[in-house]
Amino acid sequence: MNVTILLDMAADGFGDRIVAGSRDGGLTASRLRALATGAARRIRESGAEAVVHLAANGPAFPVAMFAAAFAGVPLVPVNYRLGDEQLGRLLAGHPNAFGIAEEDRHDALKGAGLPARTPEEFVRDAGEAADHGEEEDVRSEPDATAVLIYTSGTTSEPKGVLLRHHNLVSYVLGTVEFASAGEDEAALMSVPPYHIAAVSNVLTNLYAGRRCVTLPSFTPHAWLELVRKEGVTNAMVVPTMLARIMDAPDLDRSVPGLRSLAYGGARMPPRVIERALREWPHVDFVNAYGLTETSSTIAVLGPDDHRAALASGDPRVRARIGSAGRPVPAVELEIRDEGGRPLPPGERGRIWVRGEQVAGEYAGHGSPVDERGFLDTRDQGRLDDEGYLFVEGRVDDTIIRGAENIAPAEIEDVLLRHPGVADAAVVGVPDEEWGQRVEAVVVPASGGDLDPEELRGYVRERLRGSKTPDRIACWPELPRTATGKVVKRDIVTGLTSAPVVPRG
Amino acid sequence: MRLRPGQQVASTVDGTRMIVVRAPAAEVELRCGGAPMVDAGQAAAPTATADPALRDGTRLGKRYADEDLGIELLCTKPGDGTVEANGVALRIKAAKPLPASD
Repeated sequence: MNVTILLDMAADGFGDRIVAGSRDGGLTASRLRALATGAARRIRESGAEAVVHLAANGPAFPVAMFAAAFAGVPLVPVNYRLGDEQLGRLLAGHPNAFGIAEEDRHDALKGAGLPARTPEEFVRDAGEAADHGEEEDVRSEPDATAVLIYTSGTTSEPKGVLLRHHNLVSYVLGTVEFASAGEDEAALMSVPPYHIAAVSNVLTNLYAGRRCVTLPSFTPHAWLELVRKEGVTNAMVVPTMLARIMDAPDLDRSVPGLRSLAYGGARMPPRVIERALREWPHVDFVNAYGLTETSSTIAVLGPDDHRAALASGDPRVRARIGSAGRPVPAVELEIRDEGGRPLPPGERGRIWVRGEQVAGEYAGHGSPVDERGFLDTRDQGRLDDEGYLFVEGRVDDTIIRGAENIAPAEIEDVLLRHPGVADAAVVGVPDEEWGQRVEAVVVPASGGDLDPEELRGYVRERLRGSKTPDRIACWPELPRTATGKVVKRDIVTGLTSAPVVPRG
Repeated sequence: MRLRPGQQVASTVDGTRMIVVRAPAAEVELRCGGAPMVDAGQAAAPTATADPALRDGTRLGKRYADEDLGIELLCTKPGDGTVEANGVALRIKAAKPLPASD
């Protein structure tokens, strides 16, 4: 079991099909394999122990992923927008790596002692090696690390998750049928390559035989243009991208060729997905919940679930539009209380997950799975009576006010329902009397004016008094990572360090 | 042979290769074209010849399974031989696609 098997099968089964890039000029499966084995030769010649990919999405990424595998070393995709200091600390863990980055980051790589080449140079060298018949095929054991991804670290320092060949291959084989995509299909992945979804996306689309196009830099306009121009049938976005596409004024939002849109990585405001469902009724929407540690998706809310929720008069079914759907067949989920005891449906607790695709190790930190093989997702949530999973935020974000545990998600859901609110985040702020008190930040819908007191009353009508934010601030936007996750500690900093402006 | 998920097995009569997706805990007698299959790590060029009566063939990327035995193999390299587990010919398992989430 090695990810190269997926590429071997693609080259054998549909070698002439374009799998990456445009219909004219893109890479066929056979050519991708040749480039990967050629690049693997270069990697082995350099003696590198890892391949660091520090660039945006593009054709070099899948070549690098498979080249690393053929060379028997891990791929380390890194956030190309990291500051020099953070990048330096991260690269210190990979002293003998083969670096791929745009020119503007070459100094940072050289500073860490790593020779660098641009993505274009990398692919060109790979082509030369391939054309001269130079190739390498030193495959590692299934236990070897295929990809090392640093978690987004929104509630703690980033950790390196070791995804082994068998984690990724079993995920692909468990969720995709070989060559199931038609030649007319095309996928657009807008999530950056250092995110687990981008890694698994390369593998699942390749195995299905679906051509992948990339958008190095997201804007609503560029996304819509590319979807139309390349005949994109399957797209993946993070929720803030969909919100921006729906909210952008004066845009032609028609996407007649789009068949399915998957989203994940952060919570989707129900207002945004409901709007998208109405605007694009022909599109199948899929919500995918997963973590880096689970090689991608562990729960899916499918197209039928979305439509049933939108159309239903039953509030329990309607509520499912805010759920993560049901677990994929290959995993087991448990909701446990703080003592580790499994809880019945309806009760809120910590989400634990077990399955072959779940990574068993962090680099240098040991195992995140317990003695029964379950991983602590560190997410709070509950299951409804039909097994739909509701993810209610990071456990670390739980607010402890006096003796009460308060899930910010519950309050955020109410705020997001208010027509004047485009975005919202609720945090716990230190309080001498209560330990923490509840405060919120909202982003007004465009052109809107929000009265924080009116908004507080709106929340109080729907939730208990203790869950009403003591204060609601209006900001032009919320601090988020490039993959759309809210950085709550930055919100707490912003609320506690800024002077309180007296309301007139 | 005792099979583990992820293990690759090879035919000794042709180029057929499979990856084990699911297997029972007990030992399984795997054959292709009537001859025993081996762990792919130990496979050499095919030496035996296939039984002409056992040439249903396999297709790349298809899953071959027997629910009663609890075995599922995925074909990574196709060939001519019929694949059998404990004397039972494995049949193609119908695909149950999940909505594409990646």
